[in-house]
Amino acid sequence: MRRALGFDYSEFERSPIAFDYEGLMASHGLSLDDVRAIQQAAGVGSTPLIELHNLTDLVRSYADPGMGARIFVKDEAANLAGSFKDRRASVSIHVAKQRGYEGVIAATSGNYGAAVASQAARADLKCIIVQEAFDSRHVGQPEIIEKSRLCEAFGAEVLQLTVGPELFVVMLELLEETGYFAASLYSPFGVAGIETLGYEIVEQMRALTGAPPTHVVVTHAGGGNTTGTARGLRKAGAVGTQVISASVDLSGLHMASDTDFNKKSFTTGHTGFGVPFATWPDRADVPRNAARALRYMDRYVTVSQGEVFYATEALAKLEGLERGPSGNTALAAALALARDLPRDATVVVQETEYTGAGKHHWSQLAFARANGIEVRTGDPRDNVPGTSIVIPERPEQLQATDVDLDRLRRSYVRNALQHAPAGYRPTADDIVFLAEDAHTTPEAVERIVAELLE
Amino acid sequence: MDERTSCEQGDWVQVERVVLEPADRAAGLPEDTAAQPLRMWVKGFARSTARIGETVEVETMTGRVVSGTLVDVLPGYAHTFGRPPAELAAVGRDLRRRLAAYRAKGGG
Repeated sequence: MRRALGFDYSEFERSPIAFDYEGLMASHGLSLDDVRAIQQAAGVGSTPLIELHNLTDLVRSYADPGMGARIFVKDEAANLAGSFKDRRASVSIHVAKQRGYEGVIAATSGNYGAAVASQAARADLKCIIVQEAFDSRHVGQPEIIEKSRLCEAFGAEVLQLTVGPELFVVMLELLEETGYFAASLYSPFGVAGIETLGYEIVEQMRALTGAPPTHVVVTHAGGGNTTGTARGLRKAGAVGTQVISASVDLSGLHMASDTDFNKKSFTTGHTGFGVPFATWPDRADVPRNAARALRYMDRYVTVSQGEVFYATEALAKLEGLERGPSGNTALAAALALARDLPRDATVVVQETEYTGAGKHHWSQLAFARANGIEVRTGDPRDNVPGTSIVIPERPEQLQATDVDLDRLRRSYVRNALQHAPAGYRPTADDIVFLAEDAHTTPEAVERIVAELLE
Repeated sequence: MDERTSCEQGDWVQVERVVLEPADRAAGLPEDTAAQPLRMWVKGFARSTARIGETVEVETMTGRVVSGTLVDVLPGYAHTFGRPPAELAAVGRDLRRRLAAYRAKGGG
């Protein structure tokens, strides 16, 4: 793995619990301006930031007087391979090329695969994408099949696997066999690539409204999107901006289950990744995950599948933007949140993703029906992941449900203690690290640790 | 387009192979997953003539040689947009009406 990443994580370890996070993030030696220059040369970034006047007025039509924030969207679908993932891929591919690797490998069923394949093609590097694509019947999520297609369109070798976490073993064996670069989603390079997204949002909002946004809503899965965007906001001086992560609620579905695989109508942006990665980021395919969402979330909300499909349809019909659907998770949350914010508040939905055959809310709903999921209109609170998708009847029904961040922090601290050797007592330095990593105070961490060790 | 039942050397094809038999799978998997083999599909240029169901070696886009069961010749994609879900058909019309009503009252 060290050979495949080109650097050694162990030099950043401080104890069985703590590590030098900022040291790791600076290890690539690239400044934000360097990253911007790399991305400009790669045809990535500088995407439009668009005000959604019609959706804003729609929300105001049912909000209380004086309420209804202005809603904006960063149209990341304008990147070469159609999503913000191009930002991550561009930096990883730049590093791989500079260090003389012959090719790159990534394990992902998401937009990141297409982004790596596109950037690898431009850099004249070979590319292998490993995807979890099918259940044991060889039935694939249309959204994933479309991403297989796009990776192959960019000349990548795509390994399509059935369900199972051994995908990462397959990837490690391929790294061994080929000597290619591991373009992990969770490397410091990848996350540095997203900082430009947060930075651009502040620049563009300053130009449009004279100030940074009051709120940024981020679709959250593995944590890179929240981490990179929040770091970019801070680097641009937007210290007062609230960062709200949003995931589709898929609670109750097992992510490694063959039968549950095709009962999900979202393949990313959901709680099946969002919660475990927030509470234990180091479950990733690198020794230390650069994407640490809990560090940066001010709020974490969930929405239901039906609400995201509804928001996707509304975005197309009212704003002339056919995007998503997974990337519209933050949009659905933003529509709900904007209702309860004053009119002078500004809410930025920080990404869109391309849409196409298979990767479209119509095909996802048809696929859900074909897999025995009930699709109907009604109250979205009646949605049951894996059983029913309830499309709202009215926009007033959109609701963002807060996840208890203190519960996640407790779970994170428990995971950190469990991954340390048996009997290890956290030091004062560990407590400070855990507090920073969980976006809370050392006192709060000490209380959690005392309770857990009782 | 007729489906081909065999390939010539150099044809673009898809092969399937079993990566792990159920007995060799990772510990801690849900039962339904653990009962199935981990299977893999990959595309490449056939290194010899073969019929569907026979073992063949392919050279992938990165130049690796992978052996597997031939499952398709000139494999394509069949995913679509599908029919519009009835539950979403009227969303645009209804939201536009609401927006018009709001603006007619002086909102916006």
